Amino acid sequence: MKYLKYLLVGIFFGIVMVKSEAVSWYRIYEMFRFDSFHMYGIIGSAVVTGVILVALIKKTGMHSSEGKIIQFNPKAKTWPRYIIGGTLFGLGWALAGACPGPMFVLLGTGVFSILLVIGGAVLGTYAYGLLRDKLPH
Amino acid sequence: MSMEAILQPWPWYVTGPLIALVMFLLIWFGREFGMSANLRTMCAMSGAGKKAKFFDYNWKEQKWNLVVVLGAIIGGFIAVFYLSKPIDIDLAADTVAALQSFGWDNIGDSLVPGEIYSADAVMSFKGIAVLVLGGFFVGFGARYAGGCTSGHAISGLSNLQLPSLVAVIGFFIGGLIMTHFILPLIFG
Repeated sequence: MKYLKYLLVGIFFGIVMVKSEAVSWYRIYEMFRFDSFHMYGIIGSAVVTGVILVALIKKTGMHSSEGKIIQFNPKAKTWPRYIIGGTLFGLGWALAGACPGPMFVLLGTGVFSILLVIGGAVLGTYAYGLLRDKLPH
Repeated sequence: MSMEAILQPWPWYVTGPLIALVMFLLIWFGREFGMSANLRTMCAMSGAGKKAKFFDYNWKEQKWNLVVVLGAIIGGFIAVFYLSKPIDIDLAADTVAALQSFGWDNIGDSLVPGEIYSADAVMSFKGIAVLVLGGFFVGFGARYAGGCTSGHAISGLSNLQLPSLVAVIGFFIGGLIMTHFILPLIFG
């Protein structure tokens, strides 16, 4: 079953997100008030570990589990989309208290009203797709 | 690690590196860590490709990521019902005081506040608008910025991408405006 490994990674991710409390609206609110180091510690230590792992992958020329060369796609260097899109994302993140990973994790924890957030997120994605050619990137 | 330690909340210096491990595993599988891409896939599989070219692609190549989502739902269930004591989030005193000034109670006794997510809260126009609009901005903004917390803050910064740093700065501009100026208007 070629999808089993993805299911297991997803289960692991969901457990880590709950046990870290990063799925909590309260923790996101606390982060944007700069009241606690907790969320900065999670994101910061994830990024430091990630930088080391990505550097090791590049340095060792590691191949994927399917035997292919691992390639990283650099992000296009045009700025409006990152700052405008990022700001809109941040408004939603601080309001709903959940970003696209945690909103699904929360569904599993029994917070069924999160379906309204997920529905809104799918609608927002669809609206972007319709407006894409008219927006500055 | 004892069972007692597993049942407690896990410290940031454990969970942060474990999130990086999730990214590493997906890269090793020849994929990437990006959760908001699933929202685009959900549009595409619902036939949005007929309305907008942005959704006109072979979404079946993204099935692996939908399986990650399915796993994340199951993982959330396992973590709360088998690997946790009753939720009691150790929030900063200033955070608790700020929420008490909204008239909120039971602060930190659940993952999400009842004042936003309970059945009662969702039974009002305001309650529905908060959740749907919150989600709308997350979905629209993530796709506009080309990624969310996983794609930019974790994957992009790990690969030292300047555009991802700009996106994360944007996340904070929006988050600070919402938290300090708009939330007090909605709930204060």
